[in-house]
Amino acid sequence: MEEALTGWAFWLPLIWAVLIALAVFFYVCMDGFDLGIGILFPFMPEKAERDVAVNTVAPVWDGNETWLVLGGGGLLAVFPLAYAVVLPALYMPLILMLLALVFRGVAFEMRFRAENETQQLWWDRAFSWGSMLAAFMQGIALGAFVQGIEVVGRAYAGGWWDWLSPFSVLTGVALMVGYALLGACWLLWKTEGPLHTRAASLAWRFAVATVGAIALVSAIMPFLQPAFAARWLSFPNLLLAAPVPLLVAFLIWRFFHALAEDTGHGGMVDARPFMLALGLFALSYAGLGVSMWPMIVPPAFNIWEAAAPPASQGFLLVGAAVLIPVILAYTGYVYWLFRGKVTHESGYH
Amino acid sequence: MIDALLPSALDLARFQFAFTVVWHFLFPAFTIGLASYLAVLEGLWLWTGKAVYLDTFRYWLKIFAVAFAMGVVSGIVMSYQFGTNWSVLSDKAGAVIGPLMGYEVLTAFFLEAGFLGVMLFGMDRVGKGLHMLATALVATGTFFSAFWILSANSWLHTPAGYALLPDGRFVPEDWWAVIFNPSFPYRLAHTVTGAYLTTALIVGAVGAWHLLRERQGRFARRDAGMESASGARMTASTGTAAAGHGVMSGTVPTEPAPHSAGAERGREASEAGPNPRARLMFSMAMWMLLIVAPIQAVLGDLHGGNTYEHQPAKVAAMEGHFPTERGAPSILFGLPDAEAGETRMQIAIPNLASLYLTHDWNGEVRGLNDIPRDHWPTNIPLVFWAFRVMVGLGLLMITLGVAGGVMRLRGRLYTTPWLLRAAIAMGPAGLFAVTAGWIVTEAGRQPFTIYGMLRTADSASPIALPAVATSLAAFVVVYFVVFGAGIWYLFKLFQQTPRPQEGAPPSGQPIRTAGITPAPSAAPGAAPAIQPAE
Repeated sequence: MEEALTGWAFWLPLIWAVLIALAVFFYVCMDGFDLGIGILFPFMPEKAERDVAVNTVAPVWDGNETWLVLGGGGLLAVFPLAYAVVLPALYMPLILMLLALVFRGVAFEMRFRAENETQQLWWDRAFSWGSMLAAFMQGIALGAFVQGIEVVGRAYAGGWWDWLSPFSVLTGVALMVGYALLGACWLLWKTEGPLHTRAASLAWRFAVATVGAIALVSAIMPFLQPAFAARWLSFPNLLLAAPVPLLVAFLIWRFFHALAEDTGHGGMVDARPFMLALGLFALSYAGLGVSMWPMIVPPAFNIWEAAAPPASQGFLLVGAAVLIPVILAYTGYVYWLFRGKVTHESGYH
Repeated sequence: MIDALLPSALDLARFQFAFTVVWHFLFPAFTIGLASYLAVLEGLWLWTGKAVYLDTFRYWLKIFAVAFAMGVVSGIVMSYQFGTNWSVLSDKAGAVIGPLMGYEVLTAFFLEAGFLGVMLFGMDRVGKGLHMLATALVATGTFFSAFWILSANSWLHTPAGYALLPDGRFVPEDWWAVIFNPSFPYRLAHTVTGAYLTTALIVGAVGAWHLLRERQGRFARRDAGMESASGARMTASTGTAAAGHGVMSGTVPTEPAPHSAGAERGREASEAGPNPRARLMFSMAMWMLLIVAPIQAVLGDLHGGNTYEHQPAKVAAMEGHFPTERGAPSILFGLPDAEAGETRMQIAIPNLASLYLTHDWNGEVRGLNDIPRDHWPTNIPLVFWAFRVMVGLGLLMITLGVAGGVMRLRGRLYTTPWLLRAAIAMGPAGLFAVTAGWIVTEAGRQPFTIYGMLRTADSASPIALPAVATSLAAFVVVYFVVFGAGIWYLFKLFQQTPRPQEGAPPSGQPIRTAGITPAPSAAPGAAPAIQPAE
């Protein structure tokens, strides 16, 4: 069908596929580290440490989570068929994710409103368990999505437990581990003293676990769908795809190198593990893209089949072209404004 | 027989949407107005330099943070629910309403979320001017959000600017016509004004409560012969709030002199008359009601006229009109009976409905009996009664505003106990009225999702009944627990006496003004800081 597509009908879905993919990636990076902080709560026995950890993300978490709304809302606008098929298919994991986000989102404010230790404890649990469940369900949704969705006509045709499989549980755990790594690296960057030391040791452990998870998922991926195997394991494609795993190996080496540096005194050296961990996420995401391209509802619809008409995609693209750079600029400004180490003494009480 | 009594997956999906959207909208109904109120307070502070504005700003900023967080998380749920539960509607209309919601995210959500952090934590990092800008941008964001989501909602009520493809999908043809569809300007004006009134009623109630409590405390003290020059302010029940406040200042011993606890107390003790912050809240709220509540009545009438033009079945259900008549009565109360096709036991004012719907004493008003039954709203009594709740509360708001105006003229605005009590009682009236209004318009839109074009029964996702039942149960439990707790904390915040230098910024330090004030028990080391001044 691609020969029929020319001009805007060809380019708009392509541009939007890249933009939606970027929005989801920004979400994974940004909410990833603040979800990660919730996942790491059990490793922070001191209330003071948990307060500092939450305060490192308090000014930015809301913006981070907005990328999830852009990913979801954007999909409705520009690929309504994908939105209408994928969301019912992932009904249970998505509802559970949303409920988990309710818990952790309000816990940001509530844990500082708590009037006694029992209330505080429960809001900390809401934050921590909510973060874990949200991460786990996002990973499950991802696993179920790449495994493929049963479609008849223009609608989801599978059952309401189809999302649960050994592979989706694996991706669920993998994403939790990965977010914990991002959270640990963020704390390593943004804190000092004992919390920084703890974050560094957590980063080690979760980096090892993340590398294991990446290896396991990558080994299974090509065998999930014939199209994936053809992409990764047949000859000329292999050469094109090979840089991804090679770069992953390189980044892992650089990451452990950066972790071994003397950190905790500020400066770029503290930020490096976080940046490299984001690099790992970017490459894993790219690997996923290599497998999926150009399907948006695997294996039923590609991005052109699921696209809204050019009148819709074009209308929103005009706004996105102007507004996304503006959003990135002021988001960057807010991060810059709250730069530097967060300590218990200095603040954010 | 049993099967007929059990709800279907469709019923549960509808109830789930209604439940989550009603909960969600309680928060924006409050925060849309509160964001603007905060911008006004901060602007007045910058303009006049008077501390009372900044103090009141800080008081409401904490409350805003909690309410906004609940609005955000409940809103994310809504953005996914179109797909999880209404996938056929999404597939068919996504190309039209999707971009409107996309613009909401791009112009509103990022703006609010990005600058909320600066607004809550950034006062000392950006300075006054940029902080004012951040507050104004958050307020602007709430308005943009209302603009786009109400445009999408209105399009579903009065679709325009589209073409219908053979497979039943709606595609945009004229975006201007889509966005400014016939009911949108009316719905936008009526809803945003409703949100402003909701905020004014809550702010007014909180101000009134503190004025009344302070007054009662003062009388109790005088009766007990305990009146002293400086001791009038602290009743036993305000002690906790005062201690929490002391901790705030106490955590930063290097605070410059004008912000010190001693100076604060000095200023507070020198204040003549009732709490000036509570007076400010109450006064501004009463002005708002006096001016805006009557405007809202006019906007509501215009919105109703627009609805009569485009959705006559809804207006007939609102009015309880079954027969089409000239000189139609306005039915104040009655029992609409859809089976029998009549409204029984009417108490009605003759000709009035003709007057406000057709602007002609004997104008013909279309009743439900002239509309095909499969276009009737599915729950006519609900539409009928919700409308009366909304209008009744609106009339009470106007009355309260007028009463406030009269007492102000007589110089007794802050000292009239019955007025203060009435304002407290009316605190939640805006939330109830807004909810009732949404029930009128949405129950009145049934049995369609896209009015006249796509039936609700043909809009839902192919989700099995047990899945919807499970998710609905989970939403009910989680929302009552989480938002119940959140509202409980909001009430705790309302109870804190608005004091001078509410959450004073320790200069040079990053500050968490909003949510993060450690409770006294959580920071025992700081407690002694409040002692010396006593």
